[in-house]
Amino acid sequence: MVTILNVVFDGLMVGGIYALIAVGLSLQYGVAKVLNVSHGEFIVVGAFITWMLYTVFGINPLLCLVIVGPVAFLIGFVLHRTMFRSLLNTSPSLDVFEGRSLLAAFGLLFVIQNIAIIAWGDQIASYSYLAFPVNLGGAVFAGNRLATLGFALGIGLIFYLFLTRTRLGKAIRAGAQDPATAGLMGVNINQVLALCFGLGALMAGFAGVLISMIYSIQATMGLQYTLIAVIVVVLGGMGSIPGSFLGGIILGLVGSVATYIEPGLTMVSYYAIFTLLLLVRPAGIMGKK
Amino acid sequence: MDIVKFISRRSLVPRLIILILLILLATIPLYTKGYTIILLPSIFMYIILAVSWTLFSGPTGYISLAPAAFFGVGMYTAAILGETLPLPVFIFAGGLISFIVALLVGALTLRLRGIYFAVFTFGLVMFIAYVLLFWELHVTGTRGRFVIVVDHTTIYYVMFGILVISLLTAYLIRRSKFGLALQSIGENEEAAAHMGVNVTMVKVTTFAISSFFMGAAGAIWATKLTYIDPFIAFDPFFSFMAVVMALVGGGGHLFGPVIGATFLAYLEELLVTRFAELYKLIFGIILVVAILYLPNGLVGLIQKLWRRSSGGQHADT
Repeated sequence: MVTILNVVFDGLMVGGIYALIAVGLSLQYGVAKVLNVSHGEFIVVGAFITWMLYTVFGINPLLCLVIVGPVAFLIGFVLHRTMFRSLLNTSPSLDVFEGRSLLAAFGLLFVIQNIAIIAWGDQIASYSYLAFPVNLGGAVFAGNRLATLGFALGIGLIFYLFLTRTRLGKAIRAGAQDPATAGLMGVNINQVLALCFGLGALMAGFAGVLISMIYSIQATMGLQYTLIAVIVVVLGGMGSIPGSFLGGIILGLVGSVATYIEPGLTMVSYYAIFTLLLLVRPAGIMGKK
Repeated sequence: MDIVKFISRRSLVPRLIILILLILLATIPLYTKGYTIILLPSIFMYIILAVSWTLFSGPTGYISLAPAAFFGVGMYTAAILGETLPLPVFIFAGGLISFIVALLVGALTLRLRGIYFAVFTFGLVMFIAYVLLFWELHVTGTRGRFVIVVDHTTIYYVMFGILVISLLTAYLIRRSKFGLALQSIGENEEAAAHMGVNVTMVKVTTFAISSFFMGAAGAIWATKLTYIDPFIAFDPFFSFMAVVMALVGGGGHLFGPVIGATFLAYLEELLVTRFAELYKLIFGIILVVAILYLPNGLVGLIQKLWRRSSGGQHADT
């Protein structure tokens, strides 16, 4: 019973992080139409900034959310305003743009990953924060894991409210449905696309902060998270932000069970789910069509 | 008179140049030793990857990120069969097993469009690596394998042979009805199907043929490395390199990937020896710049300059 509780809790926590990453990618791919394979690199940057701030300056990792978030947002925003905008303007069709922006994102992946390796080295780093046991209903949880779960769900909720309750959120949703029409309705679509890309990077940055609190981190870990994010986005349905959130939680639970049975097969189980899904229901859980 | 006509035919000069170049490359091991013989096969390897990537992805527009998977399958085949079978046999086996894997993967996934296909093929590389790692840790209880050692001249000739055959295949496919069918799939798949093209068959076959060369190249490459493990053999970097080289060179022309691969492979060699830390960073920057400013690749750039210098006497095609 206690084991089941632990497995479920771990699944929810990992799922919460996956959900944040996937929501970020969903904004970048679903709205801005950039399949950003360098998404995971923003996680690396977020994680290492937190690690550096905590181990060198002793700044509380949770406080780092406020520092990492805006930095990641700014990088993403500027990248879209310069690189992806010019690609969008010079591509004859959306298909061509998707292909070219995917390749440009590969370039970014190399650039960011290697800057991270030069800045922080490629060895494994970690720190210990809030690592005390918390007893809940007979099962023992680590404090940092509880905090991670809380913050992941909290950030997800705030973002959901932002999307559904504010004017800007409405503009983003309109842009996701039909960018051209949204532009005709008076939405500054270029601004919204850049904003979405920036928000995607912000989510990755947040996830990086949370990941650094519970796992050891490495400058080369980004690609693995990108792959997970892509799987979750497809699982939830391309372009559906609630779908991405739900997909993240589901994949986290599956991964947690797989890790409990055989840790070496976690990634294999993700890929198996992905393959199965593409063959059975390519539109995803909450996708249209 | 006929001779003048024969020589002035436009396609003859490039063909002669290629022939001379091939003869030159084939005889290089006879009069040089050392570094050149070691350097050239790695350039050939990248050309093979880029050319065979373009063979399928160029005309169809399906972005495959699986080259590393087939390249790795070739490497593992060499590691497993290399001790017991003669060289030509295990090289061919590397290609053949890649071919079969590609048939299976292709039949399963080539109905996926655009980005889905790119993501799936990318995941395939990681998937095989993780399954192999699991297998090695839990079933055979080892990590990695040694590969039979082959001398440099043999590596050179085998790589060169695969290169020539892959180029020839790419050339013949481009000129055939089959190539035309591929092109039509890239332009409009539904229309191609309505015109009577067996879309699935053409796609899967081409995908498998291109994988054959990647696998064969992987098999001989493994003998150069002498030791491999799942993450050395299935390194996504090789997929990126194949795609980058093809695109930097220009995917629309037969020699685009050749030029791109030669240029970047040589650049890699220069950068690795001088700035080992920075070379992937510089590669990333080159990729971004190429995507932004060279939509038709180096070949497009050369053609543009050529047209400009010859005073615009050719039609702008």
